Amino acid sequence: CAALRSGGGGNDVHWCFSQVKGAIDDDVAEADIISTVEFNHSGELLATGDKGGRVVIFQQETENKSQSQWRSEYNVYSTFQSHEPEFDYLKSLEIEEKINKIRWLPQKNAAQFLLSTNDKTIKLWKISERDKRPEGYNLKEEDGRYRDAATITTLRVPVFRPMDLMVEASPRRVFANAHTYHINSISVNSDNETYLSADDLRINLWHLEITDRSFNIVDIKPANMEELTEVITAAEFHPHQCNTFVYSSSKGTIRLCDMRASALCDKHSKLFEEPEDPSNRSFFSEIISSISDVKFSHNGRYMMTRDYLSVKIWDLNMENRPVETYQVHEYLRSKLCSLYENDCIFDKFECCWNGNDSVVMTGSYNNFFRMLDRSQRRDVTLEASRESCKPRQVLKPRRVCAGGKRKKDEISVDSLDFNKKILHTAWHPQENIIAVATTNNLYIFQEKVN
Amino acid sequence: MSENPDTDSLELESEEEKQDSPEKHCNVLLSEEAKLKEKYPKLGPKPGGSDFLMKRLQKGQKYFDSGDYNMAKAKMKSKHVVTAGADQNLVTGDHIPTPQDLPQRKATPLASKLAG
Repeated sequence: CAALRSGGGGNDVHWCFSQVKGAIDDDVAEADIISTVEFNHSGELLATGDKGGRVVIFQQETENKSQSQWRSEYNVYSTFQSHEPEFDYLKSLEIEEKINKIRWLPQKNAAQFLLSTNDKTIKLWKISERDKRPEGYNLKEEDGRYRDAATITTLRVPVFRPMDLMVEASPRRVFANAHTYHINSISVNSDNETYLSADDLRINLWHLEITDRSFNIVDIKPANMEELTEVITAAEFHPHQCNTFVYSSSKGTIRLCDMRASALCDKHSKLFEEPEDPSNRSFFSEIISSISDVKFSHNGRYMMTRDYLSVKIWDLNMENRPVETYQVHEYLRSKLCSLYENDCIFDKFECCWNGNDSVVMTGSYNNFFRMLDRSQRRDVTLEASRESCKPRQVLKPRRVCAGGKRKKDEISVDSLDFNKKILHTAWHPQENIIAVATTNNLYIFQEKVN
Repeated sequence: MSENPDTDSLELESEEEKQDSPEKHCNVLLSEEAKLKEKYPKLGPKPGGSDFLMKRLQKGQKYFDSGDYNMAKAKMKSKHVVTAGADQNLVTGDHIPTPQDLPQRKATPLASKLAG
């Protein structure tokens, strides 16, 4: 794996504004709500998906070495309509076109491939560049019209000539009709041949080349639906072990499964659960323990889970409790009643690791996001805001006042804007470049270089 | 607490704190629960499985049938179509349209503003 240019991303890193994409106006069309953000394996490409079913891919400009060390910008590379709204005739339900997840395939040739999914259908997209075109056909004019055969007196050999770069996206596979419930996760296996898709109750294993069948590997649907107590919230393959995957539940547990053990992995190999004192239970405790995201560390030794109020790091060798727990916005604990009423308590925040697994990041409300430095045991709250948008402006840490006297520069809990949520963030696989999605804008921040 | 006033050191729970904080959390959670129960006395564990989970499984707006869905979509689209000085009384979705009622221009699929 590539060495990092700079270590960590915690307190010694000063984050600066680099770019912001999207409309400035406050009137947000539903279709523009960003629903997923993902860097590819080299970090050169950054993909976003939105509620309108569209994918926009940005490409990092190749650096100009003679310039300062300021890393280059991301510009639009390709954009396409991935999914359209559909109607489920059997259930009389609308199938939203919203892109729930995008996952890149590792690059094998000149083209790039990604998987994008809505609630029901996964699609494999090929993104390829075209920079030359054939010219000089004998039977056709350049505009495609057929020539009158009688006017052709000589033969010529068509040749390829350079043209302006065109980036084309084409759907290569459509993986449909395998999910009764709503897909929440897709994950490409390290074997580069298979991937999994998970819905509320089932997980399926696909081969990237085969669209007409998939294997069901997890099924937690009870025989009697009235006995339903938990649903699958996220799933991911191990980064190196192609037989291992994990899935998280709405009850705060994570199950690790080994596909070598049996074809149907209903019985877990490991169950990760932090014990809870039954006398501490309240109406809210189960809801806030629901895991909204699970991510393996790059080195494959740890996994991170995000629940409503915290981020937990688990050692894969220790099932009975996490090795680290970080509070994201503990000041919300005394606001759970109102957060239940406005449905915010059901918001699904994602989380991500930096390239060397030393820092993790997750979003919060008021367009705040949190950087949690594991190695330095420090954390910082930053804000994605149009007010800190001067080129290379260093982001100022934010503080929330939970109660009592509010200090200068602090914001009180009651002033937080709960409509401004950062649910989706992504970290460049090698460099200190992060992509942070607010409702309809994409912010790119970079590490300050002197 | 930390030397740098701008950042908080992470909450590493000491043994003492470990004993306090679950109780503290518990009290806060219970008082939040009490607030909720005051507002919604009927809320609580019901027979027949979790309502909340069932609602989650069935997410998605329900229509009577595909005709109802298409009419509703047409109504939505007619709000977005730019009527170039034409009929303000354009009606779709409420009755079977005649060719004269339909908008002249197809609603152009809008490109993402991120690409703008």
